[in-house]
This record gives sequence, C-alpha cells and structure tokens, in this order.
Amino acid sequence: MKVLYPFIAVLALVALAFVGVKAAGLQYLFGVVIPYMAFAMFLGGFIYKVLHWAKSPVPFRIPTTCGQANSLKFIEQNKLDCPSTFWGVTGRMLLEVFLFRSLFRNSKAEVHDGPKLVYGSSKYLWLFGLIFHYTFLVIVIRHMRLFVGHVPDFLHAIEAGDALFQVGAPLLYQSDLIILLAVGFLFLRRLINANVRYISLPADYFPLFLIFAIAVTGILMRYFLRVDIINIKQLAVGLATFSPVLHGEIGSIFYIHIFLVCALMAYFPFSKLMHMGGVWMSPTRNMANNSRMVRHINPWNDPNIKPHSYADYEDEFREFMTDANIPVEKE
Amino acid sequence: MYDMKKILPGLIIFAGLMTFPIWYNGGDAGTLPKPEKPSNAKECVRPTEYMRTSHMQLLNEFRDTVVRESERGAIKEAGGVTYDDKSLMLGCMKCHVSKKKFCDECHTYAAVKPYCWDCHIQPKETN
Ligand code: HEC
Ligand code: HEC
Ligand code: HEC
Ligand code: HEM
Repeated sequence: MKVLYPFIAVLALVALAFVGVKAAGLQYLFGVVIPYMAFAMFLGGFIYKVLHWAKSPVPFRIPTTCGQANSLKFIEQNKLDCPSTFWGVTGRMLLEVFLFRSLFRNSKAEVHDGPKLVYGSSKYLWLFGLIFHYTFLVIVIRHMRLFVGHVPDFLHAIEAGDALFQVGAPLLYQSDLIILLAVGFLFLRRLINANVRYISLPADYFPLFLIFAIAVTGILMRYFLRVDIINIKQLAVGLATFSPVLHGEIGSIFYIHIFLVCALMAYFPFSKLMHMGGVWMSPTRNMANNSRMVRHINPWNDPNIKPHSYADYEDEFREFMTDANIPVEKE
Repeated sequence: MYDMKKILPGLIIFAGLMTFPIWYNGGDAGTLPKPEKPSNAKECVRPTEYMRTSHMQLLNEFRDTVVRESERGAIKEAGGVTYDDKSLMLGCMKCHVSKKKFCDECHTYAAVKPYCWDCHIQPKETN
C-alpha cells in the first residue's frame, strides 16, 4: 500500500493532464494558468517555509560532532568534523551541500552467523544520491534554453558536454540515461532493503515516482514522440516574459510533462523535498562548536530573573538544609 | 526572526536563481524564427507537421540507410519530381537552398547546433 498509493497518485496526475488536454481542450489551463500557480506556490512556499523556520531561536550550540573538538594544544582538532571557527563551519557546509559528506559516512550493520554483529561501509546511497542530484541539476539548467530568448554560451557548453558522444539525432544526453538509473536505484533501495522498507512512507515513494515520471515523459518527448520545440519555446519564453501565447499544435505528452513538473513544484515546499532549503539551516551542521570559547546567551531569558548561583542558593536556604540534614558546602 | 543577516541574503540568491529566465529575458521574448519557404516546391518530403517535429529523426534514418545499407533510393516523388538521394546536401538542400535562412533560423532560436556541417558541405549562401 505504501508503494501502491503514491504510484496510483502519479498515474492519476498523468491521466488528469491527458484527459484535460485531449478531451476537454484545456490547453490554456495546463499550459499557462497551472504553471504560473505552481511556480508561485513553489517560490512563495519555499520562502514562507524558510522564514517560518527562522522564527525558531537556536540559542545553544548543538552541532553534531563527528571528531575531536578544539581542546588542548597538543590534541589535534578535527577541523571539519568538529569545527570551532567560521571557516571550519563553511568548509563543513560546502562539503555537505555539494558532496553530501554525511551520506558518505553511511554504514550498514549486519548480523552474521554466530550471531555476530558486523558494521561495514555502504557508499551506494551516497554515490547514487550524488549522481541523481547532479544529473537533475544539469537537466534543469539545460532546460533554460527553452525559457530564454537569447541563449547564453554556458548553456551551449553544458549541452555539448552532456551530448558528448553524439549518438543519434536528436543527440542523446547522458544525463537522461543516468537519471533513470539513479532514481531506479533509489527506489529499489527502499524496496529491497528490509530496514529501509520498514521506515519508508508514501511521502518517500511519491517524489521518486513523480521525478521518474517527469524524466520518462521528457525522454519520450525527446526521442520518441517528437513535439514541436519551436511552439513550446514560444510558450515557455512567453511565460517568462509574462506574455504567454499558445501557438500551433503541441503534443499532449508535453502537457503531461509540465503538469507533473507543476505538481512537483507545488508539492515541494510542503514535503521532505524542502531539505533543499533545510540543509542550509540545520543547526547540527551550521553551528561552530565553540561553547567553551564564546558565551551564548539565551535570547528569551527574562532580564528580570537574575542569575542564581548555587552559593547564593545555599545562603538562602542554609537553615532549612541543615535542619533537613542535607549536606551543605559552607557550614 | 533570527539570523536574518544570513538567511535574507540566502533567500535573495535563491529567488534570483529561480527567476533567472524572467530577469535574463527582461520582457524581451526574442524573435520567432521565419524559415524561408522553398520557391521550387510546394510540399516537403514528408508532411510539414512531421518535418517540424521530427526532421532530425528522418535525417538520422537516411544517414543510417545510406551509410550502413548503401541504399540511396529516392526520397519521394513530389509533384512529379524525383529527388534522387536520401541526402542532406543533394536532397534537403535542393529545395531548402539556404542553410542560413532555413535551418539556422530555427536552430538559433531553439539553441541547437547540429554538427552535421563539420563534414557536410553547406550550400553557398547567396548574400
Ligand atoms: C521549423 C524549424 C526548423 C527548421 C526549419 C529546421 N530545424 Fe532542425 N531542429 C529544429 C529544432 C527545434 C531542433 C531541436 C529539437 C530538440 O531539441 O529536440 C532541431 C534539431 C535538429 C537536429 C538535431 C540536432 C541535435 O543536436 O540534436 C538536426 C540534425 C537538424 N535539426 C537538422 C536540420 C537541418 C539539416 C535543417 C535544414 C534543412 C533543419 N534542421 C531545419 C527545428 C528546425
Ligand atoms: C521537394 C523539395 C523539398 C525537399 C527535398 C525537402 N523539403 Fe523540406 N520543405 C519543402 C517545402 C515546400 C516546405 C514548406 C511546406 C509548408 O509550408 O507546408 C518544407 C518544410 C520543411 C520544414 C518545416 C519548415 C516550417 O517552416 O515549418 C522542415 C523542418 C523541412 N522542410 C526540413 C527538410 C529536411 C530536413 C529535408 C531533407 C530530408 C527536406 N526538408 C527536404 C520542400 C522540400
Ligand atoms: C564526421 C563527419 C560527418 C558528420 C559530422 C556528419 N556526417 Fe553525414 N556523412 C558523412 C559521410 C562520410 C557520409 C557518406 C557520404 C556518401 O557516402 O555519400 C555521410 C552521409 C550522410 C547522409 C547520406 C548521404 C548524403 O549525401 O547526405 C546523410 C543523410 C547524412 N550523412 C546526415 C548527417 C547528419 C544529419 C549529420 C548531423 C547530425 C551528419 N550527417 C554528420 C560524414 C559525416
Ligand atoms: C523538474 C523539472 C524538469 C525535469 C526534471 C525535466 C526532465 C526532462 C527530461 C529528463 C527530458 C529529456 C530530455 C532532456 O534531458 O532534455 C525533458 C525534456 C523536455 N522537457 Fe522537461 N523537465 C523539467 C521541466 C520542464 C518544464 C518546466 C518544461 C516546460 C517548458 C519542460 C519541457 C521539456 C521539453 C519541451 C522537453 C523536450 C526537449 C527536447 O526534445 O529536446 N520540462 N525534460
């Protein structure tokens, strides 16, 4: 059920777009209105979420320390895994965001005959996760050629690199094959690994299916069910210049493709996909472990409540404590 | 709200990246391509709609049949004229006499640069 329902949901989205365009003729709705709404939801929702998170104070240093903290001079500090300076944190964050360093540490535990518990390194999640995110990025950047009137050179360069082997016409993009492979792996991992399957929810499968379906419809459109790119670009550039025009015939596969993308954009801010913004804001990653060097004052402290040290406390209650036979430091 | 000195610039960068096409275009939608229609023929070797979407697949097919199966057979008889080659230079360019005014029109707009002309000779442009 946890796998089936999200799968049906994605199929339903595909069917909705297909019927809407083929039978009901709602090209304008699916080509213009929904994309604008979805983009507004994506951008607005994203900003709203981040500001909402920004309301939570993080008064104490809570970085996850994964190495030796800054200590005595002769003890070597692990500057990246337990940073105590701004630059240490910056290095840690950059490695986290661009290379997924904490996934690189992923390990697996297995019980062997004996019974014996064995821990091993498991880099597949890191590898396929990284590949997936970068191919997705390349694909999204490449798509910009459809949205800008005068295409800048760096887009041509990315495109040429992606189609390096010049297979067929239209040229085959490596990223298209790789993204299917990577999403496929991420899905099978949830399905095959019993531990991961147990903790996987529909909200984990849904984005995987959705992204897979977006990639499949895109690939169908490019290599099999050709569509009129000139008309599509006219629409896309129109969207980006706030003067959308629907001109000529565009295949329904295109409307299915962008409807799924719209679903992804609208869903994004309210789902686990917000880790895109969240990773920057994780206090367990972005704080320096400097509690012993800097005094951090809790911002919601009531200034009327003065500090009350143990010595003061004992002064105040010494009589009662001695009466009750509670040991005191000063007689 | 806390840490706005860091979060606000972050959000601004994010919004800037996400709206790249909007500010990059600056309201300018570019010019639509106007490929020049051939003067010596009324129809293409396949229906126009198919040509607009799939001419590169057709060319790929021609290339494969010529180079691998050495089958140069006629493309089609259009209006009584036989185009004797499944050929880029001797087929398409017989009617579409200018690469610049035909192929490049669309390709510049769609930001594709077919590498075919690295080897294939392109027609002499008249102006
Ligand atoms: C109606 C506009 C139009 C005209 C005219 C046109 N093309 Fe294209 N062509 C396109 C579009 C759009 C693409 C990109 C399709 C895509 O990105 O999927 C393309 C792609 C191609 C490709 C594949 C390029 C690649 O890198 O994948 C080849 C080859 C090609 N065209 C050859 C030609 C030739 C040769 C001519 C002239 C005889 C021509 N085209 C005229 C619109 C056109
Ligand atoms: C018999 C002459 C002839 C040959 C050969 C020919 N074409 Fe055409 N082509 C035409 C004509 C005429 C049109 C315009 C049809 C129309 O306006 O409906 C056209 C239209 C097109 C279009 C659509 C342009 C647009 O503005 O929508 C493309 C793309 C195209 N041809 C590519 C090719 C390619 C690639 C080849 C080589 C395989 C080729 N043509 C061979 C005559 C020809
Ligand atoms: C590396 C050089 C090279 C490149 C690049 C190249 N071709 Fe060719 N092509 C050839 C050669 C060589 C032949 C064989 C010529 C012959 O036997 O007449 C050929 C033959 C063809 C033929 C059939 C014969 C003819 O006269 O046209 C077609 C069609 C064709 N190529 C299309 C393309 C297309 C489309 C592209 C771009 C996507 C392309 N070629 C890129 C070298 C190249
Ligand atoms: C999450 C964002 C998106 C993803 C992951 C995605 C994915 C893909 C993929 C994998 C392809 C196959 C070809 C290629 O890699 O270029 C493709 C093609 C395509 N996509 Fe998207 N897409 C996205 C958004 C969009 C949007 C918003 C549009 C609206 C204009 C769009 C329009 C197209 C078109 C027209 C093609 C065919 C391109 C061609 O034939 O060269 N895509 N997409």
